[in-house]
Amino acid sequence: MAEVLVLAELNPAGGGVRKTTLEALTAARALGEPSAVVLGAPGTAAGVRDQLAEYGAATVYVAESADIDDYLVAPKAEVLAQLVSEKSPAAVVIPSSPEGKEIAARLAVKTGSGFLTDVTEIAADGTATQAAFAGATIVHSKVTTGTPIFTLRGNSVTPEAAPAAGAEQSVSVSISDAAKQVRVVERVVEQKSNRPELTEASIVVSGGRGVASAENFSIIEALADSLGAAVGASRAAVDSGFYPHSFQVGQTGKTVSPNLYVAVGISGAIQHRAGMQTSKTIVAINKDPEAPIFELADFGVIGDLNTVVPAATEQINARK
Amino acid sequence: MNIVVLVKQVPDSGSERKLDPADNTVARASADNVINEMDEYAIEEALTIKEAQGGEVTVLTVGPDGATDAIRKALSMGADKAVHVSDEAIHGSDASQISAVLAAALQQMEYDLVVCGAEATDSQMSVMPALLSERLGIPQLSGARKVTIDGGTAKVERQTDGGYWALEAPLPAIVSTWDTINEPRYPSFKGIMAAKKKPVETKTLADLGLDASAVGLANAATQVLDFAGRPPKGEGVKVTDEGDGAQKFVDFLASQKIV
Ligand SMILES: Cc1cc2nc3c(=O)[nH]c(=O)nc-3n(C[C@H](O)[C@H](O)[C@H](O)COP(=O)(O)OP(=O)(O)OC[C@H]3O[C@@H](n4cnc5c(N)ncnc54)[C@H](O)[C@@H]3O)c2cc1C
Ligand SMILES: Nc1ncnc2c1ncn2[C@@H]1O[C@H](COP(=O)(O)O)[C@@H](O)[C@H]1O
Repeated sequence: MAEVLVLAELNPAGGGVRKTTLEALTAARALGEPSAVVLGAPGTAAGVRDQLAEYGAATVYVAESADIDDYLVAPKAEVLAQLVSEKSPAAVVIPSSPEGKEIAARLAVKTGSGFLTDVTEIAADGTATQAAFAGATIVHSKVTTGTPIFTLRGNSVTPEAAPAAGAEQSVSVSISDAAKQVRVVERVVEQKSNRPELTEASIVVSGGRGVASAENFSIIEALADSLGAAVGASRAAVDSGFYPHSFQVGQTGKTVSPNLYVAVGISGAIQHRAGMQTSKTIVAINKDPEAPIFELADFGVIGDLNTVVPAATEQINARK
Repeated sequence: MNIVVLVKQVPDSGSERKLDPADNTVARASADNVINEMDEYAIEEALTIKEAQGGEVTVLTVGPDGATDAIRKALSMGADKAVHVSDEAIHGSDASQISAVLAAALQQMEYDLVVCGAEATDSQMSVMPALLSERLGIPQLSGARKVTIDGGTAKVERQTDGGYWALEAPLPAIVSTWDTINEPRYPSFKGIMAAKKKPVETKTLADLGLDASAVGLANAATQVLDFAGRPPKGEGVKVTDEGDGAQKFVDFLASQKIV
């Protein structure tokens, strides 16, 4: 069977692989037999090999070097290009993070291949599905030149275990000076949260301008915590200083595709829809019966969020 | 300091956007076209750096003739001059091909710093800095929420989930900016009048020494096979809260096996 390279995206040191990696391994199986590629500082692969094997990696290529960690993106693209030329895979699948998309772009130039970003599905014949224009248009595309490179949007595919050998193969690396131009001086974490990461979460509860203040966002957080959800925000909420920018959902924020999206006090502007339209189930809570968000909602409550949300949180907690 | 700002004209993200069924490319002619919102932050950042350190800001656009509107907007904000690459053969090019055109144009210009938006609202790819870095061999400092130019070094805070990465690289370099970086200025009346007289140089592929076979729909490495509107969602349930809204919401979650 044809080999498909899957770039593993890892949590910070010791945190295992990200769910997006398991999704990519699952999606890659449509095209052939997945091999995982682990790139990072020495010691990176030790804790993740078993998990990669469990989700279908026949081989786990491991390239470990301080250079990979010390410089931005370019070294990873270089190692991946080396593997593509050695293994001639049928395709390369990469999780669609900012870094993943940049690696895909560089790999495409290096290998003379076409690349498609943010795909939500890959068919056996290599046809990829993408959601264009804020999710309003569904597009089918194909790579017609070189080794097809896809970045897979998070939460588009349900990870399924498919145990495989996971035979570890180390790849010798020597990163060129050209790939060592952008030094990562420091990685700074400003907000530590115990909630799931927004783009990975299976439930997202978002608040908009209707929440009315930063303090009042605590009712959004409380509902989120009762559901084990991530918290999101509309741009109006972010611009008003209610919640930090890194939680913004929409055109200029994160694109999320959870099982459940709860929009609270959000009108549903087209740019907000851009980031949440593909969610499987959508619930809206809004006092304005004409709010466009109701057009998208599977379930809508017309009411004041200040009464509905705390009451719902209490009931959900009581059921536990 | 010579700064080049990459500006793209895109269909307004707030109005209906379409693909053209004739060749599955973005319907630009019929669209309500505007400057890519994210590029206004790139322009603002370039102007701020110029104001502090001196030099010149040049706008570079690859796009159809109508893209002059986006160029004028950038010039009215305060950029000094512009280069507009326009050629029928470019129609339908993918991101990689556009990067080849931008790279060829940049090679004919003098620059210490290239600034672009973190993403175009039509493609939402966020790949241009990576593609140009690869093609030009200059460092890529993408996704900035803060940029500092310190002598011959660019320092950037790359926005991440819940924080940032501090990046550092020598100039010349390419930087892309998010909307968290600054507050773009509005063009003044004086700026709008002055923009009409600023030089805009138009270039074709031939001027860049590129062959038509390097670009265009027929030569792209990716192809859109077909497209369709997202199927409309089935009519949802809507309840009015009469003291029982929370209960009904929780019942719905239970029916979906979420709680
Ligand atoms: C280029 C561009 C990019 C953009 N990108 C984004 C983006 O990434 N993400 C994004 O979200 N937006 C984006 N926007 C902005 C977008 O157009 C809207 O302005 C924004 O989404 C509105 O946020 P909102 O729904 O919270 O606020 P509003 O539109 O003001 O809606 C607030 C809602 O809360 C309801 N409400 C008020 N009080 C209560 C209450 N007590 N109980 C219940 N309901 C209540 C109101 O009825 C109203 O429907 C972008 C805009 C542009 C031009
Ligand atoms: N045709 C173009 N002409 C000039 N700049 C462009 C063009 N396409 C993309 N860019 C720049 O690259 C950025 C990122 O675009 P993208 O990678 O397509 O999301 C944009 O914000 C622009 O600054």
